[in-house]
Amino acid sequence: MFGLTKRDTTLLLVVAVLTIFAPFILNPFPEGSAMAQFNAGYPDLMQRLVIFGIFAIGFNILFGLTGYLSFGHAAFLGVGSYAAIWMMKLLTMNVIPAIMISVLVAGLFSLLVGWISLRRSGIYFSILTLAFAQMSYSLAYSVLTPITGGETGLQPKVNDPRILDAALTEGQNPRANLFGLEMGTSYEMAVGGWIFTFNAGYYIAAIVMLLAFYLSIRIFRSPFGMMLRAVKSNQQRLNYTGLNAKPYTLAAFVISGMYAGLAGGLLVAMDTQVGAERMFWTASGEVVLMTILGGAGTLIGPVLGAGFIKYMENIVSKINKTVLEQWFAFMPDGIEDFFITIVYPFVGKGWHLTLGLLFMMVVIFLPGGLVQGGQKVAGLFKRKKPVDDKPDGKTTPAE
Amino acid sequence: MGILEVKNVGKRFGGLQALGDVNLSVAERTVHAIIGPNGAGKSTLLNCLVGKLIPDTGSVMFDGQSVLGRRPHEINQMGISRVFQTPEIFGDLSVLENMMIPCFAKRDGAFELNAISSVMSQKDVVERARHMLDEMNMADKQGMHASSLSRGDKRRLEIGMCLSQEPRLLLLDEPTAGMARADTNNTIDLLKQISEERDITIAIIEHDMHVVFSLAERITVLAQGTPLVEDTPDNIKGHPKVREAYLGETQTAA
Amino acid sequence: MDAILLQILNGLDKGSAYALIALGLTLIFGTLGVVNFAHGALFMIGAFCAVTLSRILTLSHTVIDETQKDFLGNPLKVEVPYIYDIFGQTTGDAIIDWAVPLSILFAIPVMVGIGFAMERGLIKHFYKRPHADQILVTFGLAIVLQEIIKYFYGANPIPTPAPDAFRGSFDFGAMLGFDPNTIIYPYWRLVYFAFAAVIIGAVFAFLQFTTFGMVVRAGMADRETVGLLGINIDKRFTIMFGIAAAVAGLAGVMYTPINSPNYHMGMDFLVLSFVVVVVGGMGSLSGAVLAGFLLGILESFASMAIVLETLPGINQIIIYLVAIIILLTRPRGLMGRKGVMEE
Repeated sequence: MFGLTKRDTTLLLVVAVLTIFAPFILNPFPEGSAMAQFNAGYPDLMQRLVIFGIFAIGFNILFGLTGYLSFGHAAFLGVGSYAAIWMMKLLTMNVIPAIMISVLVAGLFSLLVGWISLRRSGIYFSILTLAFAQMSYSLAYSVLTPITGGETGLQPKVNDPRILDAALTEGQNPRANLFGLEMGTSYEMAVGGWIFTFNAGYYIAAIVMLLAFYLSIRIFRSPFGMMLRAVKSNQQRLNYTGLNAKPYTLAAFVISGMYAGLAGGLLVAMDTQVGAERMFWTASGEVVLMTILGGAGTLIGPVLGAGFIKYMENIVSKINKTVLEQWFAFMPDGIEDFFITIVYPFVGKGWHLTLGLLFMMVVIFLPGGLVQGGQKVAGLFKRKKPVDDKPDGKTTPAE
Repeated sequence: MGILEVKNVGKRFGGLQALGDVNLSVAERTVHAIIGPNGAGKSTLLNCLVGKLIPDTGSVMFDGQSVLGRRPHEINQMGISRVFQTPEIFGDLSVLENMMIPCFAKRDGAFELNAISSVMSQKDVVERARHMLDEMNMADKQGMHASSLSRGDKRRLEIGMCLSQEPRLLLLDEPTAGMARADTNNTIDLLKQISEERDITIAIIEHDMHVVFSLAERITVLAQGTPLVEDTPDNIKGHPKVREAYLGETQTAA
Repeated sequence: MDAILLQILNGLDKGSAYALIALGLTLIFGTLGVVNFAHGALFMIGAFCAVTLSRILTLSHTVIDETQKDFLGNPLKVEVPYIYDIFGQTTGDAIIDWAVPLSILFAIPVMVGIGFAMERGLIKHFYKRPHADQILVTFGLAIVLQEIIKYFYGANPIPTPAPDAFRGSFDFGAMLGFDPNTIIYPYWRLVYFAFAAVIIGAVFAFLQFTTFGMVVRAGMADRETVGLLGINIDKRFTIMFGIAAAVAGLAGVMYTPINSPNYHMGMDFLVLSFVVVVVGGMGSLSGAVLAGFLLGILESFASMAIVLETLPGINQIIIYLVAIIILLTRPRGLMGRKGVMEE
């Protein structure tokens, strides 16, 4: 189906089902229960889950396939966001032009950055992309304040020109919409003790994510994708086979930059504001982590990684001392205090510490990410059957 | 006029004159071996032919066109393929994919943004890659990871990948280095068969005299960056200068 | 003329910090072949060694001072540092005042220890892994170290003053015959520059004149050959990592009076120091030092009011711009050797 192999179609359908039913899946706890605060099925978080999924899917096309580790992809996300918000200020609050321009601008910017950075490979490349991203961040904060809003950032104002939209009447706020359907529109469904929220913005972002995922499958299975894997595997052989590695890596760089721009545009479409901190190096590091945590070079990995990180961030940040006290309440007092003291630095505001540790753990113990981990676990159960030496499915194009 | 004409090529690394003044002519459809002791400049010469190094002086003409200043992929597209000392293949890819990449390079040139259609839908390339694997007697291994092949099979695959591009000149850099005797003999047979059946010129750099004398039609002896003699294998065998510079050394070393 | 001199002087202290961090980065890269994204964190930890020592020195206990009364007429409770009890008030005050320079003695063993622990405990296992993994694991470590410091010391910068004796400024202009007060330069910055010069000189002398240094230099040039000689190069590389950590740490200790330390200062400096290394030429120690000072001074020139009027904000990006231009014209950097990180 869709020009995909059976296996890839299954994968796509699984992801589609998961995203469509996310409002149910992410809201397992009934309203008013003690665990309800760990529900993740509210629009804002679900939107971020799929948008960062797009970001990671794109990053994976560069890093997963070619092995070029960019440390500056947040810059493209940021540039995309700024472009989108300007569309909303100048043209219309409809999200379509905003998203289209964010992809375009991020693509052009990544073409420039990639053209320069790809003159070198390996560590040099990583450092260069990092330097570019930090430069963009500094620029957005200082010189480009007229365009970026500097420290305060940008958001649509009532008196922006917006030449395509009808003028807003007094008291009306500019709201992002798709031909009139506002992103914030939600329908709430109460079933028993549960409340499920279906949000227009989320479903639009989810559809874009599914399209982006579908496109990445096509890229992975295409001759272009195979060349990118060849770049990672043996660039010397590729050159001596009459193929020019540079345009291949540059194309991958630009495609991943456009994915980042798309994610940036969608972030603005959902929450109409942008600030320079979106381009900070930690944001670039985060997408790297999402990709490796899920499994770089695998199709589903980045989606899983992005979901996992954003979900964890949400949950872990919410845990505070009171919650910990509830959890450890069954223990004797002394031991309870001890556990709370141990755990406390890692939760709430300590999320970054957990993130850093997770980063190290994954690189040290699970370089293949969750997907490889899952395969290993599955392998343990299969061990009893006769071992078939069928090669790893993801590197052999199935027919 | 040979297919490959090397004239007055010199290359210096800092204080070291790696190549002095090399003149070499490789005739079309022959097997030409370049031998010489360690440090004679064989690898430097080879690197100058494929665009990895740019010589300081002289000219390198392939089929009437200069290769100097061209990058490796451009030189490859002109019709020169290179086999490395340790087999250079795409270890993370399957054997079939390894074979498909040069077929794509042959069909689409140095770059083609073919990012939407599936690899397996490119019937002509798949067909051609399978055919080449067949010819290399590796059809049964097409699904394997290339890195899991035996050393001899890696070598076969690499040679097959080069041949699939139908190059006019095949450069081999010590293709049997580190191989067991049986693998070496297999490789010799393979190369013999290739040179007999195909419209191809082979230039080979080799240490192993057994390989050289089984294959070569002409031999150039390099010593200290300059060609000592160039002649047929029979004449080279008896040449006193060569014995002194090279054969004597290997005999005592062996 | 005086303005130019002033900017050169102003660039020296930042340049010194860049040079010291870049030197350590290059030592680690050259010897171990690892790009250490946690190197900035070592600089930051050094700075917090100074904070820690000054906190230890001012640890106090409460004493009731009968001679003083508070506004209610009760005897005043005063905090008395323990150090007064040991050395008496005058010496105690002097020690507290000199906390930053004294931290050097405290920081050296701490930093060398952290360096050893990092290399043996983590980096060692990554020699044979791809560069990307090395970058990622040290990046993760940098986040962890930074967050640990944040947990214990908070997110705000902690002012850590220089000793009183160096708190003033030095009128360079008057000395050189310009009008007084045209070139005023804080003493501590001079101290920092001199200190950096001494450290850099010491590292170079160590590499140049000791057998240990000779082996390390040979190892940087060709690791395999040195390994073949049967020299246990790994052990020496561990020590080099310790030294590089100490250099970064000391750079951090002495930087505290110039810029109050905060938990993210390491990353701020690291990104720029990487650029310095790239500009200097990967693997070249003298390139790292040269580029460090050069970029520090350039940055300071770009911050001049007259430059900012014509090119607003140029001071924020000058280093990156220079790096890009250098990279486009001299891909190996100013003093980079052929063959280092080519492929």
